[in-house]
Amino acid sequence: MIAALAVPLVGALLIVLAGRKPNLRDAVTLITATTLFLCVASLTPDVLAGARPRVALAQILPGMSVALAIEPLGMLFALVASFLWIVNSVYSIGYMRGNRESKQTRFYAYFSIALAATIGVAFAGDLLTLFLSYEVLTLSTYPLVTHKGTPEAIRGGRVYLGLLLSTSVGLFFVAIVWTWQLTGTLNFTTGGILSGRASPLVAGILLVLFCFGIGKAALMPLHRWLPAAMVAPTPVSALLHAVAVVKAGVFTVLKVVVYIFGLEFLQGNGAADVMVYVAGATIVIASVIALRQDNLKRRLAYSTVAQLSYVIMASLLLVPWSVVGAALHIAAHAFGKITLFFAAGSIYTASRKTNVSQLAGIGRRMPWTMGAFAIGALTMIGVPPTVGFISKWYILLAAMDSAHSLVVVVLIVSTLLNAAYYLPIVYGAFFQSAPRTDLHGEAPLPIVAATVACAAGAVLLFWLPGLPLALSWDIVGGAR
Amino acid sequence: MIGDNLPALIVVIPLLGAVIAPLLGRGQGPWWLATVVCSTVLALSGLLLTRVLAHGTLSYALGGWVPPIGIEYRVDRLNALVLLIVAAISAVVTLYARLSVAKEIAPERLRFFYSAYLMCITGLLGITITGDAFNLYVLLEISSISTYILVALGRQPQALRASFNYLVLGTIGATFLLIGIGYLYLATGTLNMTDLAVRLGEMSHNRTVRSAFAFIIVGASLKLALFPLHAWLPNAYTYAPSAVTALLAATATKVGAYILLRFLFTIFGLELSFATLRADVVILLAASVAVIVGSLAAIRQDDVKRMLAYSSIAQIGYIALGIALVSVTGLSAGILHLFNHALMKAALFLALGCVAYRINSTNIRDLHGLARRMPWTFAAFTAGGLSLIGVPLTTGFISKWYLLRATIERGWWPLAIIIIVGSLLAVVYVWRVVEAAYFHPPAESAKAIHEAPAGLLLPTWALVLANVYFGIDTQLSVGTATAAARALLAAAGGTP
Repeated sequence: MIAALAVPLVGALLIVLAGRKPNLRDAVTLITATTLFLCVASLTPDVLAGARPRVALAQILPGMSVALAIEPLGMLFALVASFLWIVNSVYSIGYMRGNRESKQTRFYAYFSIALAATIGVAFAGDLLTLFLSYEVLTLSTYPLVTHKGTPEAIRGGRVYLGLLLSTSVGLFFVAIVWTWQLTGTLNFTTGGILSGRASPLVAGILLVLFCFGIGKAALMPLHRWLPAAMVAPTPVSALLHAVAVVKAGVFTVLKVVVYIFGLEFLQGNGAADVMVYVAGATIVIASVIALRQDNLKRRLAYSTVAQLSYVIMASLLLVPWSVVGAALHIAAHAFGKITLFFAAGSIYTASRKTNVSQLAGIGRRMPWTMGAFAIGALTMIGVPPTVGFISKWYILLAAMDSAHSLVVVVLIVSTLLNAAYYLPIVYGAFFQSAPRTDLHGEAPLPIVAATVACAAGAVLLFWLPGLPLALSWDIVGGAR
Repeated sequence: MIGDNLPALIVVIPLLGAVIAPLLGRGQGPWWLATVVCSTVLALSGLLLTRVLAHGTLSYALGGWVPPIGIEYRVDRLNALVLLIVAAISAVVTLYARLSVAKEIAPERLRFFYSAYLMCITGLLGITITGDAFNLYVLLEISSISTYILVALGRQPQALRASFNYLVLGTIGATFLLIGIGYLYLATGTLNMTDLAVRLGEMSHNRTVRSAFAFIIVGASLKLALFPLHAWLPNAYTYAPSAVTALLAATATKVGAYILLRFLFTIFGLELSFATLRADVVILLAASVAVIVGSLAAIRQDDVKRMLAYSSIAQIGYIALGIALVSVTGLSAGILHLFNHALMKAALFLALGCVAYRINSTNIRDLHGLARRMPWTFAAFTAGGLSLIGVPLTTGFISKWYLLRATIERGWWPLAIIIIVGSLLAVVYVWRVVEAAYFHPPAESAKAIHEAPAGLLLPTWALVLANVYFGIDTQLSVGTATAAARALLAAAGGTP
């Protein structure tokens, strides 16, 4: 478990040392990513068998330590993140070389640190460790967002850092200290720690503080950092701002709801309902905004904002089905959205096109990329045979189960909106004709291979959802 | 024999050093002397702290005269910790001073510089260790007067004016303190702190005592630079030589906070200080304004050194805020931040001193793109800045954690908001520097600039690493601070 945290950090160090030799450096990145995945994967059987390993690293304050502990939700998140890192590394190498980006050593090094922080978030044994990793993740991704160093990148970086730090310090941190004050512990415990220690009013306030304080979950109106982060090179947008960073946000929300509050304790609390509606509103509004974005990456970013709120909404429905749906959606959206970003980067690398309006007919020149894009889009919409269908199905069941009719409406509207902003791109790419001036072909092989691999993953998980499903059910105690 | 005389040696050794330094000629002699003196003092104060932690409060009769006739040196957990801070920071800054001071001060003045430097440290250590109120005043004057000299040695002509300003305000503060101590003597007939505490117990309605209280609190707040008595600080910090600024920021104001703590809790006691005279309300208000106004002013500065000076005013606000919460958690937070802030501000000022060493300026416009030329320096600055903001794994986080806990414990939400807003404002002013150094294209003239020499970088990084270390292993800082807070409250008349 400690190895999982140490591998990317050591990797970062080696990357810096190998900085002068690009081939060696890129090999180190790949090896680190693979080793990390193997480390994480080797822990899975034990966790499935019911083990909950725990390691205390350091005692920071009396009665409070930095500790790692694995439970099924963290396991799922770590598996997804570390697996996609391998694919992303292949992609990065193609992308960074293909676009002749500068300062690649720094790029890979910070990337590794960000992954270490992500694993820290996933395996955090208590809220303090989680907060710590969460902040490291913010800080280590800042240089990646501002990688290009242009005034635009600096502005984006300011919004990014400003929003994420001010929410985490201003709300999240306060909520953590308050929780500590109430309970004297911050450990993630099945059934929650606040039950019986906080009045419904205090619990409601805490929930609001947590939901908005975890700015990485991009709940409106605190979502602005995510579109701002799109100035980063595409691999960063793909792995970090579709998987690691944003998922760290919703993962934290889900974890707090399940292990700090406890589902039963929150049931009937008005604040949970209010937050469900905030999340629902975020889904609809972000989808409408996405519809109007011409820049492809920005459209994807707003789509992410909407999809993240699916997870928040689902976790706050507070029934076992919904938690399973939320956990699955973390994985489903990860595969789908990374495919879409990979495709966007592939298009940029091959043709320098960044806007939706320029994509007419591009499917004929880049069939693999756009084929993968289509699968990614179907995952977002939630059409079988993609994994997006399964998670949406669970959320829908949960909504009916908990009699939240409005949530059902939101799901339907959002599915339609998703279709409305993704399908025209796919249609245009394959069935309209391209300008004659376009002479480019597919992007370099590593890029295309990674893109297709992720799309294949999204389909494969539909047919073989055993592992993520098993882990998700374990979160709520295995009652199927 | 040495062991028994530890408390006296800690003050006598630097005092002797200050006298010998001018005799050592123009070479590196005075610096070597200062280094030896400061490291000895550091070792002694470490020894003293372990003793106090093991055996409890130490009392030492100076010259063998039994208190209250003679002067008593009295060391408990609180001042043992402050002594360690002063000794540790001055030891690190002395190492740093060799190159930095040699560049900023003419060679023929070097020996006098080190003499004043050691004298200043003598005073600060003495204030902290003494158990006698009048002795405290004398040592305060010793440290203040030598500080005026050190500030005046700054390179720019404005240094003289800054020093004069400080001289005027500092003298007013010291005089207030003297008047207050005089009144106390008048009312009680003793100057020994322990005696004072006993006799003042039943005199809370005596007007002389009350006036003494007012004079002393104002005098100590001036030394501490608590808003609105901070006017001397920005100029003094800005124009003093780099090493001096680091020393002052990390030790002088901390000793001011110690004086405040000592008088409020040990001498006057809870009953008089907080129940009768409500000093907590006054200090809380001043501290809250200090946090916000200091941070806002810091954002507006173009000179990074001045920016850090205003940030100090805000951070002093945090310390005072913790003190004025008058609870175990609050007091621990105040003492803890006293320790932590010394580490982070010293690290920041030393990192900035590295910059000044190379480019002779600390203006933010001259820092453009320098991070590429001086990566280690700016990495140190950024790390110090993160600690100032309160990012986890740094000392700043631990301070913020305790401060916030203390306010939530009392349910004083407006204060919690002020603490948070203060940290967010810190993000803004730290990030202005980071952006300038990392993202702006360097000026043509910056091409020839190299990384600062190892003689400057090593002490700076020692402090940066201390910031990280005490953000992870908090046994020494949190443990001692909490124990000191408990002892202070217990001695002052129980938990309110």
